[in-house]
Amino acid sequence: MKQLLLGDEAIALGAINAGLSGVYAYPGTPSTEITEFIQTNKVARERGIHSRWCTNEKTAMEAALGMSYAGKRALVCMKHVGMNVCADAFVNSAITGVNGGLIVLAADDPSMHSSQNEQDSRFYGKFALIPVFEPSNQQEAYDMVASAFELSERMKTPVLLRIVTRLAHSRAAVEVGELGNENSLNPSIDQWVLLPGIARKKYVDLLGKQTDFEKASETSVYNRLEKGGQQRLGIIACGIGYNYVKENVGDNADILKVSQYPLSPKVIKAFAAEHESILVVEDGQPVVEETIAGMVGADYPIKGRLTGDLPRTGELTPDCVAKALGLPAGPAFDNAKNLAGRPPQLCQGCGHRDVYTALNQVLAEYPDYRVFGDIGCYTLGALPPFKALSSCVDMGASITMAKGAADAGLFPSVAIIGDSTFTHSGMTGLLDAVNDKSNITVVISDNLTTGMTGGQDSAGTNKFEAICLGLGVEPEHVRVVVPLPKNMPEITRILKEEIEYNGVSVIIPRRECIQTAARHARERAKETKK
Amino acid sequence: MKKDIILCGVGGQGILSIATVIGEAATEAGLNLKQAEVHGMSQRGGDVQSNLRLSTEPIYSDLIPQGGTDVVISMEPMEALRYLPYLAKTGTIVTSSKPFVNIPNYPDEAALMAELDSMPSVVKLDIESVAKDAGNARGANMVLLGMAAPFIEILTVEQLRRAISVIFARKGEAVVEANLKAFDCGVEASKK
Repeated sequence: MKQLLLGDEAIALGAINAGLSGVYAYPGTPSTEITEFIQTNKVARERGIHSRWCTNEKTAMEAALGMSYAGKRALVCMKHVGMNVCADAFVNSAITGVNGGLIVLAADDPSMHSSQNEQDSRFYGKFALIPVFEPSNQQEAYDMVASAFELSERMKTPVLLRIVTRLAHSRAAVEVGELGNENSLNPSIDQWVLLPGIARKKYVDLLGKQTDFEKASETSVYNRLEKGGQQRLGIIACGIGYNYVKENVGDNADILKVSQYPLSPKVIKAFAAEHESILVVEDGQPVVEETIAGMVGADYPIKGRLTGDLPRTGELTPDCVAKALGLPAGPAFDNAKNLAGRPPQLCQGCGHRDVYTALNQVLAEYPDYRVFGDIGCYTLGALPPFKALSSCVDMGASITMAKGAADAGLFPSVAIIGDSTFTHSGMTGLLDAVNDKSNITVVISDNLTTGMTGGQDSAGTNKFEAICLGLGVEPEHVRVVVPLPKNMPEITRILKEEIEYNGVSVIIPRRECIQTAARHARERAKETKK
Repeated sequence: MKKDIILCGVGGQGILSIATVIGEAATEAGLNLKQAEVHGMSQRGGDVQSNLRLSTEPIYSDLIPQGGTDVVISMEPMEALRYLPYLAKTGTIVTSSKPFVNIPNYPDEAALMAELDSMPSVVKLDIESVAKDAGNARGANMVLLGMAAPFIEILTVEQLRRAISVIFARKGEAVVEANLKAFDCGVEASKK
């Protein structure tokens, strides 16, 4: 049966049908819809497949590894930068190996549609020395989940499934297969204690598997050579790069389609030998372009993102690939003259707006203040009309950067962080600040949800005062306010008092996200109708 | 046969509902389809678009090449102009005529309309007023789809109507009827 599915949904359904027992994830564009699909899927609910959101990507990765240890199939999902958060567990999971199938899904965001960088997760696969799957379309995304679980269990390795925004958020018809059984509980009897003496041996084991991984790539149904007649140029088309090549040249090119890694040196060398030059079309960073240079010899002409034949940054498009193939651009209109950018903005009525209004008003009295921001809807406070932030770097960095700047003597040093980001990566930094009695003011702007990604549950809801007190913030310096225009005098007074306090203060402006509030009101109305 | 469509507007205007209806109709008609959407940060009041490709042949790229779009369907006039480089020289713009101003530097309205009118094939209408007059203030997106229907060609007006019935069936007969009425108003308007 065919179903119209987003790339993300295809992966979710592929996982359920492949006998998934648990998905572990923290929301992050463009990966969020995978977990959401599983949370609302009927079969997943009936089977009791674990799908509750995790506090961050590291807790997700470790829980999934635990499920794998117990013998069941687990999926971890995250956006690309989440790989940085879970890297410790991820890299070491390659050393321990797995028991039940383990897939780590990383959704990369070339062009940074909703991100801070465009790091390519295939580097992580290479770094951890594990197989990587990279679907070219929604059907492959569906099919690959079962293949990856199978490979994972057969070779006792985690498998990285790498997608990009354009696949994650694009819909196409997918032929859906039968529902398979879950694994039964069967805890590992292998050695998973990575003491140095054991880890050294396991690392050698992992290196020994590399030839098997290469062989798996050579025989993979997702990798193939397409001959388009005697061509001088060979095209290596990775992941969705394949689509842009086919869009432009159809069957009239020699294409080595790559959707499973590691690359086989044998295959690459043979392809190079049959052609005079190679064009590498890959979405993200030049991973393959760099790798094959070491296989085909320094003098062999390779074209790609490093040579400027394709743009060094940004996602691939049919147009940039056409240009790299030397095809002329078709007729098109110029850019319009009467056009202005329309950046995203905080919703009208959003509590974060009131927080920034108050902050800006209070801080105007101090000549040298800085506000360190964090990741979420409230990062939009950096844009007009508020222009309230000096930094936004990574999850949790607001508190720790404010602390470091305060250590250096900056005053006032203010951090603003959302509720979900605080539990994701802010708590440990707050403990550092408390232990150092740093002179910082932390604003936890609590809208009771993970707003930017569409209103998922937030791990710390109803626990923030207790968390702050538990970490050692003094009770009289944990203050809660309701961010509404009518409360502005009270909010500004409290902000001022806490900025003036020489130590760690936490102010929690708390009001539900207006998007989730509207959704909850609709749900309640529906309930009363019944 | 193939048709490449760009749906666009401002986050929250309901372009994904239009995409869902076209997607349903295309699936029912057995067409190949790819539909690239914008999720995440831009949905907060920023510009949003969806590349929708329909074809009797296999479709590779999720994105439409520049100069390749047959119909730009826009909930907002300036947003329609944003995709000019993607519009085919023979393509059509179907757009709401009413600006949605949520930025301080929105262009001069008269100049913007003049630029729109200078395009070879444009249909524009105050879809919100039409929807309101039809008694369905929230149906502006279905009015717009109705206006665009004759240009989609690879799907008939009747196929799109059926898809509306299917998509909104869950919300009850009254909602289906209201959306069909809005859609029909749009179809009528584009004939004028």
